[in-house]
Amino acid sequence: MPPSLRRVMPQVVTLLAVCGLVTVFFPGFLEIHMSDGRLVGPVIDILKRSAPVALLATGMTLVIATRGIDLSVGTVMAICGAVAAWAIAGGMGLGAAVALALGAGLLAGLWNGTLVAVIGIQPIVATLILMTAGRGIAQLITEGRILTFTHPGFAWFGSGTLFGIPVPAVIWIVTGILVAQLMRRTALGLLVEAIGINRRASALAGVNALVLLIAVYMASGLCAALAGIITTADIRGADANNAGLWLELDAILAVVIGGNSLLGGRFSVAASLLGALIIQTIDTGILLAGFPSEYNLVIKAGLVVIILVLQSPRIATEWYFWRRSVTEGPPPVSRAKEEAR
Amino acid sequence: MNPRLYPLYATVAIFLLACLICYIQFPYMASTRVLGNLLTDNAYLGIAAVGMTIVILSGGIDLSVGSVIAFSGVFIAVLLRDTNLPTPVIFALLLAVTTGFGAAMGGLIHALAMPPFIVTLAGMFLARGAAYMLTIDSVPIDDPFYEMMRAYYLMPGKGRLTLIGVVMLLSFAVGMLIAHRTRFGASVYALGGGQNTARLMGVKVGQTTVGIYAFSGFMAGLSGIVFSVYTGSGYPLATVGTELTAIAAVVIGGTLLTGGSGYVFGTFIGVMTMGLIQTYIVFDGTLSSWWTKIVIGGLLLLFIVLQKGLLRLTTVRFGGSAA
Repeated sequence: MPPSLRRVMPQVVTLLAVCGLVTVFFPGFLEIHMSDGRLVGPVIDILKRSAPVALLATGMTLVIATRGIDLSVGTVMAICGAVAAWAIAGGMGLGAAVALALGAGLLAGLWNGTLVAVIGIQPIVATLILMTAGRGIAQLITEGRILTFTHPGFAWFGSGTLFGIPVPAVIWIVTGILVAQLMRRTALGLLVEAIGINRRASALAGVNALVLLIAVYMASGLCAALAGIITTADIRGADANNAGLWLELDAILAVVIGGNSLLGGRFSVAASLLGALIIQTIDTGILLAGFPSEYNLVIKAGLVVIILVLQSPRIATEWYFWRRSVTEGPPPVSRAKEEAR
Repeated sequence: MNPRLYPLYATVAIFLLACLICYIQFPYMASTRVLGNLLTDNAYLGIAAVGMTIVILSGGIDLSVGSVIAFSGVFIAVLLRDTNLPTPVIFALLLAVTTGFGAAMGGLIHALAMPPFIVTLAGMFLARGAAYMLTIDSVPIDDPFYEMMRAYYLMPGKGRLTLIGVVMLLSFAVGMLIAHRTRFGASVYALGGGQNTARLMGVKVGQTTVGIYAFSGFMAGLSGIVFSVYTGSGYPLATVGTELTAIAAVVIGGTLLTGGSGYVFGTFIGVMTMGLIQTYIVFDGTLSSWWTKIVIGGLLLLFIVLQKGLLRLTTVRFGGSAA
């Protein structure tokens, strides 16, 4: 098995297990058929609905790989959605609306990146500022109302299809592939990991940590802008209060389910995307299987705890010593004591 | 002068300045009615912020606060509706549950050596989910004991000093005592300064971590009781995002988010400053409520940059590595 495939194996197995479980409760889960030239079915629905979290998770993976975190992505979604709706409602046309929204996302990322990289504020605090103030800014743009618009071209981003596949699904899959290729076909991914493991050491080794850090936050802002465009186009209106609310936590969860360490370093965009799919499959599966959606959060919490136990550095060493003691006999007493501490 | 006190002075100065601006523009704001409402309206936030201050002083973070407050309200409302237990017993039960919940999170953080951020995120989902599982509707609370808890003392000038406002003031007093006058408080500061140094100093790291999050859980439970008195109902979707407002209050109060430096009293001023901004917007009448968020965001930035500058100043002066 190639190493890249082995890396995402736990996530693939989890996703298949969740799908299997849902199929047991809802036998029609895997059915896909064509209707009016577009594919229809629960699986397609999941692919479409996971778009915002998957996009956010793509950017978040890079940020977390640098040992940072971006709490503002949900708010940036709201800002970019508001900007796009404002531009469309103002009659600026499709190209200008998308460009302005993406620009707003980049600007938000530049702000976050500058606070983190130049001023040296902890990422969680730096992005908290935009998270708090950003919704106010979004409401300033929409003037406190839900800005609605009718523009079939822009609505296509949310509810259109491309070769029968929903456009949101196409957008997140293409973005994911592009980012993963950019990171892995060039040295960029390696440099990002280097910053996450030790920023000082990487800077001494000649990595331009300052520029890369800002770029990573800008990438996260760009992904959030895409997610904002999709949600705004989907409901044909910008809701500054509720667009992307708490999605940053789902995105972080997707990255963590993807097996990426919150302490930075090695990352896998594909695994994060699988994590986003797992979250959405659980969400949709609970509804399809007829369980009350109230269980959703408790199941998510259980999932987080399991992953935490699996990822925990302390448990990992104990597991290592336990396995070694099983295969090679009992470990030296002193070392066992030290590890038990 | 102790440089650690600078952020606190800045907090107090900004609060006094805000008071002055308010007074010049709206002389009627200087009444005991406004003061009474300020205390009552921010009671639940203040109580939660006391717990959050202790957590942040130790260098941690507790994202579960808002969910625990919502869970508390639902728990009380459902138990009052479905059982005949006397209200104080329900309160005791609730506080035991939330304290235990906090302790469990603290235990996990210590045992797994994982960042508090993600552990309390799981706690946030769990508490919110538990509230949903109890009920998804808003449950009204109709109880004679609750009527009694809405008691207030009429201050001169017709201001109402409510019981829940007093509970908040008492919580801050207790928080100050714990943080600054007990061995546990000293351990919290030591942990915030650095886990390894704290361990070498003889701080029982595990015990203290469990204690910190148990205290935050207790305060979140108490805040939930106060919130249910304030709204007269239990609703699982209530207080979404309160944890971030509490964190903002702690930061505006001058506590260092890296831990180890700050004062519980500063958090009180932070909560009052945020309340004052809201009151100002209500008095003004033409400003929209979203300006609250923008101003709070701006204040957050100001304080964080201020702290950063301060940290650099002290690092240069003492030649050590304070960060």
